[in-house]
Amino acid sequence: MKLPIYMDYHATTPVDPRVLEAMLPFFTEHFGNAASRNHAFGWAAEQAVDQARKQVADLIGANVKEVIFTSGATESNNLAIKGVAEMYREKGNHIITCVTEHKAVIDTCKKLEKQGARVTYLPVQKDGRISLDDLRAAITDKTILITIMAANNEIGVLQPIEEIGAIAKEKGILFHTDAVQVVGKIPFDVNASKVDLVSLSAHKMYGPKGVGALYVRRRNPRVLLSEQNNGGGHERGMRSGTLNVPGIVGLGKAAEIARLEMAAEGERLRTLRDRLNAGLHKNLDELYINGSMEHRLPHSLNISFAYVEGESLLMGVSDVAVSSGSACTSASLEPSYVLKALGAGDDLAHSSIRFGLGRFTTEAEVDYVIDKLTTVVRRLREMSPLYEMVKEGVDLSKMQWVTH
Amino acid sequence: MAYSNKVLDHYENPRNVGSLPKDDAHVGTGLVGAPECGDVMKLQVKINPDTGVIDDAKFKTFGCGSAIASSSLATEWLKGKTVDEALAIKNTDIVNELALPPVKIHCSVLAEDAIKAAIADYRKKQGQDADVPAAEAHAQPNA
Repeated sequence: MKLPIYMDYHATTPVDPRVLEAMLPFFTEHFGNAASRNHAFGWAAEQAVDQARKQVADLIGANVKEVIFTSGATESNNLAIKGVAEMYREKGNHIITCVTEHKAVIDTCKKLEKQGARVTYLPVQKDGRISLDDLRAAITDKTILITIMAANNEIGVLQPIEEIGAIAKEKGILFHTDAVQVVGKIPFDVNASKVDLVSLSAHKMYGPKGVGALYVRRRNPRVLLSEQNNGGGHERGMRSGTLNVPGIVGLGKAAEIARLEMAAEGERLRTLRDRLNAGLHKNLDELYINGSMEHRLPHSLNISFAYVEGESLLMGVSDVAVSSGSACTSASLEPSYVLKALGAGDDLAHSSIRFGLGRFTTEAEVDYVIDKLTTVVRRLREMSPLYEMVKEGVDLSKMQWVTH
Repeated sequence: MAYSNKVLDHYENPRNVGSLPKDDAHVGTGLVGAPECGDVMKLQVKINPDTGVIDDAKFKTFGCGSAIASSSLATEWLKGKTVDEALAIKNTDIVNELALPPVKIHCSVLAEDAIKAAIADYRKKQGQDADVPAAEAHAQPNA
């Protein structure tokens, strides 16, 4: 087993060697500009892009004309949300989103608020999911867009996308979903989900960084977007800029592999994730799972190790790459806003660790992580005044702490 | 984030982890910080009634590596010092010794508060004037 172990697949994934192999000729041999319609170099590039578009479309049940290539999901989210807000300005100015969205959605919405849009940030329930009643209640005759992520990047919790899609359809409101954590991991179909706009990213599914796509529905309804990049009119005028051909080829290949292998890979990872969860619970008490276990990505686990601070835990497992919602690991010194939104208390947010398993995770690695975490958590609890107080019967919630 | 070797050393080999009997008249206990802020330090000193020197010091810390290192270092420094010498320890001494980056300065402040709170607790037990700066940082169970 090679150390360090990578168990942070929500953050990014390595490029699959098959993806890299598909990409390589497009850096050197087939370097043409896909927009060069008048020579063989351009044709080769265009053909590769067409193939990739088909591979991405097939993964999500879309038509090839509905796939717009971008630089990644942040750009896709910006284009979808700003593009709709501008294009449908006459119809209304109200957007509904959720407090646990990725910053690429939240900050885009905040910017639109400054420009006069009205945004509702739905709360989440304890399990990390929005309430459909809250969603219905938030809709007004000025609502033009609902944007709710398919799965959360920190806790892996799946939102009820199909139900949200049905409500949006019934009310005639466009529905965008940031599906970066879902596409390529579990089945996702744009028609079953009744979505109109979908953001996805290559590097979350074993493709390269710097490339992604936005699905834009063409029929029932035909979604129009105000372009955010002006220039040569690439991508049906919605996203100008010379296409990143090697990246797009990589995204396509990654999508194809995901489509073919997703079912088996999902099952394998679910088994490993459950092994990790069971192993930790067998060895340690006072573990709290953040978010719904039922509605969750199969490769995802987020646990709070009560009475142990997250960054000190990460220091102890320095040969395992995981991440924490602890404030000490963030630039802002605020604990994870996603975990705070679950209402579990800031102390548990400080104690959280996110595990993301993936294509190259092995059973031996999972067992190593269980042992390592067990040792370090026990050691740090021996050092924790909170653990000692709880064992002495002190109710921590009744203490008057002096914050500063 | 890169940690200094001294922080890593205190994290890997913390000095004086543990507890002293908190009801002992010669033991002072300081408990500072809050779980929701991600840092809680308990620091205890045992003071020799004849010499006024700190014979023993122990800590337990819930917090990041720098918080653990700051409290571990504090206990190391406290042993053998008089109460007045202990009160002269400044958070900046800890920052310099551990090479803490700016975002971790609060860990050293907490350690200084913990020292002051422990000594204030000792003085209170001794019926002495407990007027020690930052002593109000001592957490108390609600009545």
